[in-house]
Amino acid sequence: MKDGKLVTLAIESSCDETAAAVMLDGREMLSNIISSQIDIHKLYGGVVPEIASRHHLNNVNTVVEQALEESGLDMDDVDMIGVTYGPGLVGALLIGLATAKAYALATGKPLIGVHHIQGHISANYIEHKELEPPFMALVVSGGHTNLVEVTGYNECKVLGGTRDDAVGEAYDKVARVLGLGYPGGPLIDRIAGEGNPDAVEFKRVFLEKGSLDFSFSGIKTGVLNYVNSEKQAGREINVADVAASFQAAVLDVIVKKTVDSAVELGKDKIVMAGGVASNSRLREMLGSACRKRGIKLYHPSPVLCTDNAAMIGCAAYYKYIAGGRDDLTLDAVPNLEL
Amino acid sequence: MKEEQIIKIKSEADTHEFGIKLASELAPGTVVAMVGDLGTGKTTLTKAIAQGLGVRETITSPTFTIVKEYDSGRLPLYHFDVYRIGDIDEMYELGYEEYFYGEGVSVVEWADIIEELIPDEAVRINIEYGPNEGERIYRCTFWQ
Repeated sequence: MKDGKLVTLAIESSCDETAAAVMLDGREMLSNIISSQIDIHKLYGGVVPEIASRHHLNNVNTVVEQALEESGLDMDDVDMIGVTYGPGLVGALLIGLATAKAYALATGKPLIGVHHIQGHISANYIEHKELEPPFMALVVSGGHTNLVEVTGYNECKVLGGTRDDAVGEAYDKVARVLGLGYPGGPLIDRIAGEGNPDAVEFKRVFLEKGSLDFSFSGIKTGVLNYVNSEKQAGREINVADVAASFQAAVLDVIVKKTVDSAVELGKDKIVMAGGVASNSRLREMLGSACRKRGIKLYHPSPVLCTDNAAMIGCAAYYKYIAGGRDDLTLDAVPNLEL
Repeated sequence: MKEEQIIKIKSEADTHEFGIKLASELAPGTVVAMVGDLGTGKTTLTKAIAQGLGVRETITSPTFTIVKEYDSGRLPLYHFDVYRIGDIDEMYELGYEEYFYGEGVSVVEWADIIEELIPDEAVRINIEYGPNEGERIYRCTFWQ
């Protein structure tokens, strides 16, 4: 405890980042340490699982010590240990989880397992102190694309998800096709700003009427076919135009489905979460669609959009005060459902 | 006995039909090794195989987690995307042998990346673009 507030030490290691944070009553951030591996994975054009695990292992203790030190607290002040247990890369998850369990066992503090996506949504509670459920959440990242109806701090329902590639994955693959590098999201977003989104007409995939699912595999193939046919015809490709047109095709669908679902379910708030929530064009388009419908849009600042442990600490806190506890048998679940 | 076949795929409907038929002939412990560029329809073919096996869950890309398991069909389906595998040791770490030589069917996308681990008696499908848009050529190797 610190000033009558519950202290959470949180650890996150589901993919690229090894992260630890110390939170007060879930929403107040005392420290938020992130050790990113993006530079390492850039060399390989994507996340390499084995390399990811090894780096998590090297980094995790330092990151936790740094988080405690920066918070000005020590282990005795900590009331609970929150940790991501899925979804993610199994080898990566296990490192954070084993560390959290070791701390829990050594100190006797309760262990709280957190769903990674629940964490991403919770990042908004840290950023926006007035935000409370219910709302509609759009979770967009390298591994996830979900529309989630959030009815309480611990209650939510997935209304739709991708049927093939996650949106961030589609960005990564298209970036590869366009020779832009990794990670694809920020690179495409940046270069798309210089292109014409109407230059190439890529098909918008809405699926059956009323469906809140997504499909991005077709757009990826569309870009590939376009690039190949232009090359065959000996024409130069305008990368900025293709990136802008691809991005428009993807975001049109996401924005429409998100806003329509919020209207249909009578939600006056939409919350963005996940790495792709930093995408400037998505924020712009969703912001303008929300204004037209009188919906308030929330998104975390970039540091809370990427994978971080502060958001895990926030979600752990809400699970804890609702009575949620896990024991040392908690296992990593790579395909954990929300 | 080894049997090689070249199959011309005219449309997604053909992929679907091929996948369903292939699924009906798969036995436990079979590895289906797929090779083909981005956008040639490896995941689309996997979806058809899954449907043929009676899998009810939606097959989504395993790129992020390397392997996804589906247990609702006639046989378990293990769907691999090994694109991100940088070193063969990572497959051992993943416990690939339990999948490849287990009770289910393993479908492996980008199988050429882990060529040395693909069993000799695997079903191989090399996917190439056909002459027209939407067309594909499957070069297949089966074992009878």
